[in-house]
Parts: sequence; C-alpha cells; structure tokens
Amino acid sequence: MSLKSDLKSFLTLNGELFRFTMRFFSHGLNSPFEFSEFLKQCYVIGYKSLPLIGLTAFIMGLVLTMQLRPSMADYGVETQLPAIVAIAVIREVGPVITALIFAGKIGSSIGAELGSMKVTEQIDAMEVSGTNPFRYLVATRVLACTLMLPILVMLGDAISLYGAYLGVNIHTNTSFTLYWTQVFDNLTFGDVLPAFTKSFFFGFAVGIIGCYKGYTSSKGTEGVGRSANSAVVVSSVIIFVIDLLAVQVTDILNY
Amino acid sequence: MLSELKLNTKANKVIIIKGLYKSFGDNHVLMDFDFELIKGESVVVLGKSGSGKSVLIKCIIGLIKPDRGSIHIFGHNIPDLDHDKLDQIRAKVGFLFQSNALYDSMTVRENLEFPLRRHWLEVSQKEVDNMVISALEDVGLAHTIDMMPVELSGGMRKRVALARTLILKPEIILYDEPTTGLDTITSKEIIELMVEIQQKYKTSSLIISHDMNCVRMASDRVVMLIDGKCYASGTFNEIKQSVDPKVKLFFE
Repeated sequence: MSLKSDLKSFLTLNGELFRFTMRFFSHGLNSPFEFSEFLKQCYVIGYKSLPLIGLTAFIMGLVLTMQLRPSMADYGVETQLPAIVAIAVIREVGPVITALIFAGKIGSSIGAELGSMKVTEQIDAMEVSGTNPFRYLVATRVLACTLMLPILVMLGDAISLYGAYLGVNIHTNTSFTLYWTQVFDNLTFGDVLPAFTKSFFFGFAVGIIGCYKGYTSSKGTEGVGRSANSAVVVSSVIIFVIDLLAVQVTDILNY
Repeated sequence: MLSELKLNTKANKVIIIKGLYKSFGDNHVLMDFDFELIKGESVVVLGKSGSGKSVLIKCIIGLIKPDRGSIHIFGHNIPDLDHDKLDQIRAKVGFLFQSNALYDSMTVRENLEFPLRRHWLEVSQKEVDNMVISALEDVGLAHTIDMMPVELSGGMRKRVALARTLILKPEIILYDEPTTGLDTITSKEIIELMVEIQQKYKTSSLIISHDMNCVRMASDRVVMLIDGKCYASGTFNEIKQSVDPKVKLFFE
C-alpha cells in the first residue's frame, strides 16, 4: 500500500514538473521579457555564487591532486599528474561538484524565496498588479541559472586547476608554464565540449526544480522549509541522472 | 427615495455576482452566492472563519476561478476575461491582502512603484515620485519611503499596503480581513483610514471581515455569508437586531 502511494506521488511529481517545464517553454519566454529582473538574477545567482564555487573548486583541485599522487607514484606515472587531474576536473568532477554546490546554494534559496512569496500572498499581489508572476519570477530565474552555471563551471575549473598546480608543487618543483602546457596538451575539444554542454542542463534543472518547489509550496512556514529542502534533494538527484545520460550520449557520439 | 432609486439602477452597480459556486473537492465553499455592490457604497461581508470569505474576494479579483456563476465588474464577466482584459479591470480594482503582501526584497518606494510601472507604461519618473509621495502622505507614512518592509511595524505595513492599493486610484477597493493581527488601537486607526479614503476618493469598498468594530464603523451595508450563501443583508443595526439564531451568534 505504501509502495503504491509512493509510486503514485513520484509519478505525480514527475507529471507536474513536466507540465511546469512545458509552461516555461510555452509562456515563460513570451514578450514582454522581464530583462531588468533577469539581469538582477544573473548578478545574484552568478556573481554572488562565485566566492563559494571558487573556494570549493580550489580545495577540490588541491585535494584531488594530493589523493592521486601516491597511486600514480606507485605506477611510476607521477609526471602525468597534471594531465590526469585536468581530465578528471574538466570532464566530470568540476561540472558535477559545481552543480551540486550550486543546487545547495541557489536551488534552496529559490525554493525558499518563492515559497515564502507564495505563503505571504506576494505572488498573488504581483498578479493583481498586472504582472505575470510566472514570467517575472520563474522565467528570469530559470534562464539566469541556465546561463550562469556554465560560466561558474568554467571559472571553477580554472580555479580548481590552479589548486591542482599548488598540489603538484607540494612534492615536486614544476614551473607554472610547464604545468599548464601539460594540462592543455592532454585536453581535447572532446573533453571540454560535452562537459560545458551538460552544465547548461544542470543549471536548467536546478532553476526549474527550485522554482517549481517554491511556486507550488503549500501554505505555512513548514511548507517553505520543505520546498527549500526538496529543491536541493530533487535537483541533486536530477544532476546525477543528467550526468549519466550525458555520458551515454557522449559515448554514442564518440567524444 | 429618489437617491434609493438612483442607487438601484444597473449603471450604478459596479459589482454584480450571480449564482457563484466554488468547491474544493467535497468542500462546497460558495453555493449560488448572489451579491451586488453599488457605486460609492461600503459593504462588509461577515462570516465565520472558513466560511469562504477570502475565496469570494479572490474569485472577484480573478485569482480563483469559480466552478460556475458570473461576476460582473463594470459590465465585464471576470471568469470569461483573457489575461490582458483582466489586467485592465484589475487596474481599476485595488486589493488589500490579509497578509499585506508587501514585496520583502523591495523598499517602500519600489513596492508602490511596482503596480504603477506595470499598469501605466507612459508615466515619467517625476510623476511616479509625486504619486508615490502622495499615496504615502494619504496614509501618513511619507517618511518611510526608503525603508524596507521588515523595518515597519504591523500597522505601518498595513498602511503601506493600503498606499500601494491606492496608488492606481482604483474605483473599487477590496479589503481582505484588514484588521487581522492588529491590536485594538491600530485596528481602529486602520478602519478610520479606510473610511477617510472612501470619502476622499469616492471609492466603492468590499470588506471581508469578522471584526465587529470594522463592521460597525466601515459598513453602509452588511452581508452575512453563511452556508456558502448570502444569508442576510442590511445595515449594521438591522443585522444586529435580527432574531435569526445564525445571525445572532455573531453579536453574542
């Protein structure tokens, strides 16, 4: 009985989320587009997330290098450390970790913000004021997430590789030029493009799920908390699902 | 007598509701509710909590779609209107939310500018500033113009919300429980302000309330919403003297 109701609520969630996404494509981007609100969201979602993303990316690059070194030294390929770290960071670790941090910070904040606006009737007030709240609140945030996450991923990758450079230099003395030459010599277009492309999908998923959870929040402060929490949980799971699909597609396309 | 006849002509009826029905699953909230609001009149809809008062007012402004029935505002049936036409009607109808619904992320000035910018696209910044200051002066809060809603007290927030409602110079104002959550003194001030605004701007008012002070001070007519229907209607004194047990309950 419980399994049946769980399955029903899972399917209902998927159906409603699909309808919400279709509404974004059919109505969200129609004229007049709320350009000033979109720019504001780009600033809040993109620029204000940079310190957190930068810090975690730096630590991730440094730690990954330090963890890989002993195994690579055992196999006698320690000199290939910059290449391995670069491929791991650019292809997988960078986009996924950045997207997860992004989901934690932005997904929860969107879920809580829209949820609290819903509970305090601000969304209704917006509609009464002659504004389409879906276009003003949802479309701008989803689009800002979709466009800002790939930029954050690129910056995060660069910072992460700088962290890796410091990690490499803990035990050896590798020049800055040599390190970056080794990194770029081993990276191909096929490493960068799929990773960059999937980060657009990650950003879209975080934005649409955060907005959906907030916009459909049930009444009361408990509902707001639940919206913020489930926005993070669902978008984190979806990030891994998209990653899995992206790997399959990349494999089929021989990248 | 002459004024009564004038009041009852169709042209003077700004809101006409006929056979309004709304249910949520098995919960039948409004059942063939009929109502009329005459120009310049102030009507209080009185009913106990959960009787469907807020549903009624949200149906009127088009936030909730009724299952059946008609809601004519200035001759337009609200459930049949498309979004653009509905926005044109909403520009003439102010709505004061129970929770005030001030935008947390905006200052008082931005809160007041928001509906103005949306409905009146051709207005200059200087005109906007003048209208914002004028609306805030009407509610006695011009000094709060650059404050955030979180910095204001409950009564001040209600006044700012009222100023935002007034800024488009609406012909009808809908009040959803305007005194909920306020102390007795602040409630009285808000009710006096509502009456003052109605007299100054000659607006028609529909007030949803279960606050007897509000009913007594602000109503020309009282409508009792009981069992989803317009159960009784009359002046405050007429309703108060009713011998119907369901009506009497409100005055005990």
